[in-house]
Amino acid sequence: MRVRSRVRVRQTLGTAKTVTFLQLIFYIFATVLVGASLMVITVRNPVRAALFLVLAFFSAACLWLTLEAEFLAITLVLVYVGAVMVLFLFVIMMLDVNIAQMRAGFARYLPLGLIVAVVMAGELTLVMLSGEFGLQQAPRPAGHAADYSNTRALGEVIYTDYVFAFELAALILLVAIIAAISLTLRRRPQTRNQSPKDQVRVRKQDRLRVVRMPTSPQDKP
Amino acid sequence: MTWLLAFWMELPLIVQLGVKIVAIIGPLMVAVAYYTLAERKVIGYMHVRIGPNRVGPRGLLQPIADAVKLMFKEMIVPTNADRYLFVIAPILALAPALGAWAVVPFTDTLVLADVNASLLYVLALTSMGVYGVVVAGWASNSKYAFLGAMRSAAQIVAYEIAMGFALVGVLMAAGSLNLREIVLAQSGGMHQWFFIPLFPLFLVYLISGVAETNRSPFDVAEGESEIVAGFHVEYSGMGFAVFFLAEYANMLLISALTVLMFLGGWHAPAQIPPFVWIPGLFWFFGKLAVIAFLFLWFRATFPRYRYDQIMRLGWKVFIPVTLVWITVIGVAKFFTPFGHWFG
Repeated sequence: MRVRSRVRVRQTLGTAKTVTFLQLIFYIFATVLVGASLMVITVRNPVRAALFLVLAFFSAACLWLTLEAEFLAITLVLVYVGAVMVLFLFVIMMLDVNIAQMRAGFARYLPLGLIVAVVMAGELTLVMLSGEFGLQQAPRPAGHAADYSNTRALGEVIYTDYVFAFELAALILLVAIIAAISLTLRRRPQTRNQSPKDQVRVRKQDRLRVVRMPTSPQDKP
Repeated sequence: MTWLLAFWMELPLIVQLGVKIVAIIGPLMVAVAYYTLAERKVIGYMHVRIGPNRVGPRGLLQPIADAVKLMFKEMIVPTNADRYLFVIAPILALAPALGAWAVVPFTDTLVLADVNASLLYVLALTSMGVYGVVVAGWASNSKYAFLGAMRSAAQIVAYEIAMGFALVGVLMAAGSLNLREIVLAQSGGMHQWFFIPLFPLFLVYLISGVAETNRSPFDVAEGESEIVAGFHVEYSGMGFAVFFLAEYANMLLISALTVLMFLGGWHAPAQIPPFVWIPGLFWFFGKLAVIAFLFLWFRATFPRYRYDQIMRLGWKVFIPVTLVWITVIGVAKFFTPFGHWFG
C-alpha cells in the first residue's frame, strides 16, 4: 500500500496534467471535509452538528494520511474522534436544547457575527496573499522511501530539538489535570458519599442475620 | 499453480485488495456466527443445560437459522426517532470492528496492511465503536436506549485510557508500533512472550477488553434486567443483527489483539519438534480461541458489576496499575540486568 502511494507522489511532482489517484482521494476527502464543516455550523440539531464535526475530523485525518503523516493522522482520530468528541456528545445529548429559543436570538447576534466573520476572512486573505505561502516559499517535500517511519521521525525530533517545548506542554497539561481533579474533591457536608473502603471490608456476618421462623403451624422450631 | 500466481499478479491492485478483504471478512463473519452458537452451547453446559440442538445435527445450523430469521424480520423505526442516525448507528458500530482486522498479522507474511503505526490504528478504530452505541441510544428517542448510551459512553472512555496505557507498555517492551514487529519481538518460545514481564498490563488489557466490548460482567450498557436491552432496545431485524455482529466481531478482535501483544501471536510455545511441526496459523487461531472462550466463561461466571464499581475499577485501579508498571518497565529496561527480558 505505502509503496504504491509513494510512486504516485512522484507522479504528481512531475506536473502531470491528468488527475492521479492520490489527487482524486485528496479532492474526495477535501470535499467531504468542507461539506461537513459547513454542516457543523448550519445544521439545527446540536447532536447532528457534533457528528458532522466527527466526520470533519475524520476527513482531516485522511488528508494527513495522504501527506504520509500517519502518526498524526491516527492520533487525531484517537484523541479527537475517540475521546474528545465522545465527551462532547455526552454533554450535548444531556442538554435540552430549545431550537425556537435559539433562533430568537439569531437576528440580534447577526451583526456582531458578521463583523467577526468579515474581520477573520480579511485577516486570512491578507495572510494568504502576503506572498509567504505557495510552492515558491515552501516547496512540496519529496516522498520518502517505503521504510521511512513518520512515527520514528516525529519521536526523534520531539525528544531532541523540541524537548523543552514538549516538556513544557506536558507540564501545563499536568497542572490542568491536577486542577480538574481538585475540583472534584469538593465535599459538601450534606451529601452522603459511599466509602468503597468500608464496602470492600464488609463481611457476611456484619450485614446478614439468619432468622429461623415457623412457616406452618406444625413446623415448630 | 504457476499460471494461477501469474494471473493473480496480472490483476489490478484494487481487485487484489478486494479479494484479500473478502478473504478476511468472509471467514470472520462465519466465525462470528458460530461464536454465537459456541456461546449458547458453552453457557448451556455451564448451566447444566444442553443449549440449542434442534436445527441441524447437534444444533450446528442454528446460526444460519438465526441469520435467516433476522434478515426476513421487519425493521421497525420508532415514530419519533431520528431516521438517518437510527439507520447509520449499527453501521457505525460494525465498521470499526471489521476495519481493525486490516492490520492484524495472521502470520509473519499473512497481513493485509503492514502499517508502521498499526497498534495506534487499532486503538483509534476500537475507540470509534462507541459512536454506534451512543448514536443508537440517542436516535432511538427512548429512555432505556438513552440510559444505555450514556453508560456506555462513560464506560468506554474510562477503560480506553487503561487500555491505551497497557498498549504503551507493550510498545515500550517491543520498541515498535507495528503489530508484526511486536510479535517478532516475542519469538523464541513461551518465556519470551510479553504476558510474563507485562503480567499486570496483560490482566488490565484483558479486563478492559471485556469492558470495552460491553460484555458481561460489564454489560451495563445492555443491562437486560435493568434497562431492557439498553442502547439497542428499539432495534429489530437487520439493525439488531448488525449490532450483534459488531459485538461478537469486537470480541474476536480483542482476543486476536491480546494474542498478538501478549501471547506471542503465531509463535509456538517452544522451539522443539512437536510444537514447530504445527504451522503458525494454527497457533494463532488456537490461542485466539482460548481467549475467546474466556469471554464466554466470564459471562457464565460473574454477576454484573454495579455501575459506580465499574467506574472505580477503571479510573482508580487500572490506570494507576498501568502507570506504575510502565515505570517498572522503563527502569527495568535501562537500569537493571533484566533489561533483555523486558524487551
